[in-house]
Amino acid sequence: MSGQSDGFTGSLPLDAPTIGSSFSALLEERSLHPTWTTDDQLGDLEIPEATTVLALRYADGVVMAGDRRATAGNVIAHKRVQKVFPADEYSAVAISGTAGMALELIKLFQTELEHYEKIEGTRLSLEGKANYLARMVRGNLALAFQGLVVVPLFCGFDESTQEGSLYTFDVVGGRYEEQEYATTGSGGAEAKAFLKSAFRPDLDEAGALALAVEALVAAAEEDAATGGPDLKRGIYPNVVSVTSAGYREVGDDDIAATAARVMETRP
Amino acid sequence: MTMPFYVPPEQLIKDRAEFARKGIARGRSIVVAEYADGVLLIGENPSGSLHKLAEIYDAIAFAGVGRFNEFEMLRVAGIRYADLKGYSYGRPDVTGKGLANAYSQTMGTIFTHEVKPYEVEVFVAEVGADPEATRLYRIQFDGTLRTEHQFGAIGGQDDALREKLADGYEPGAELRAVVRLAWDAIEAVEDREIPAGDWEAAVLDRHLGRRKFRRLGPAEIEAARA
Repeated sequence: MSGQSDGFTGSLPLDAPTIGSSFSALLEERSLHPTWTTDDQLGDLEIPEATTVLALRYADGVVMAGDRRATAGNVIAHKRVQKVFPADEYSAVAISGTAGMALELIKLFQTELEHYEKIEGTRLSLEGKANYLARMVRGNLALAFQGLVVVPLFCGFDESTQEGSLYTFDVVGGRYEEQEYATTGSGGAEAKAFLKSAFRPDLDEAGALALAVEALVAAAEEDAATGGPDLKRGIYPNVVSVTSAGYREVGDDDIAATAARVMETRP
Repeated sequence: MTMPFYVPPEQLIKDRAEFARKGIARGRSIVVAEYADGVLLIGENPSGSLHKLAEIYDAIAFAGVGRFNEFEMLRVAGIRYADLKGYSYGRPDVTGKGLANAYSQTMGTIFTHEVKPYEVEVFVAEVGADPEATRLYRIQFDGTLRTEHQFGAIGGQDDALREKLADGYEPGAELRAVVRLAWDAIEAVEDREIPAGDWEAAVLDRHLGRRKFRRLGPAEIEAARA
């Protein structure tokens, strides 16, 4: 990460020439914006990558889940990576791709949403949040060509329409609203194939949770880069829901019970 | 060549302070007081959209009296300060003390260097895990920084308000009791009744999640008063 020339100075940014409510603009003005620049191809440099995440709509809102594995080449780099995060009180974001960049992107996205909310006194609309995230992904396009790809998944509860919505993205910053379910990452195709056969639009929360966990198990069975639930070591997928009550992390105990049941009944 | 009139520095400071005090005295006061679960901020504000109380960071809130555009600039600068610091280092590194100091420095500089001093007073409240760790800071127009214990007031009638609060304040009181105390104190000092819809109130509740700032709705304020 370059461009950290002046750092945090500790003085009150009263005279910041940026008018408005964007935190990124403030960072850029102070040369604090995280940037990764390289003129070379990465060659055989192995950088940890986050793998499978998915989201699906159900009766009350959206469920989002991610496995816990990060791989660097054929090595398992991390066993307990968190890939699903709250974006704000009514939305969640999950990542796949180059883990280090993706985590920084999420931290910046979270700060941006909270910064806007505090300054303006109101939250961005769900579509506004998705558009902003798309712009952040687009900003990484040059790096994507060099192999440093970050592709998020975004979902939330729309406070105006009172419905759950979910969005997928591509590396050029394309933003697509999905109606039923969406997956991304190395095991995404497997998870999607499973969801295609098992998804029903009238799922309740327990059903949606079980489906999300089973889709990750299905992905882990076919994709070496996706980690399935590890009952022995107590490593379970991250599962969250976003409903009219806001963002909620499903507890490890609930996921453990669901995972044990799913593993039992898998063909 | 014309010579500028000599103005002794004592006179200059006195004039500026008087100017600022006059401006602040026109504004309505705000009371900040600890209650059982955190800190209450309350004041009269007939405008439903132009807030005097605001969230700065996880456990830190802001209150401003005086000229709206001036304390609004300070509020926005405070949020920028806090978010920049929290992003650059970590969330626990953003403290009320750091913010109060930054305000104090800035307002002190403006008082002596700018053509016109700010006609504002601000309050920075930080709720801690327990009452001992809760901090209240008051910053005056000239940058004077003071810590307040358990309760404080800013605005034109601050001294009279503090006396009234001291009479009725009980440490560890419930939110309702503290709302009532502040409401009565402000009405007594203003010597008039203030309609229920004209109040603005917010709390820093230590039992909330990461972000502890919460606005109280009109119904909630009125219920506390009943």
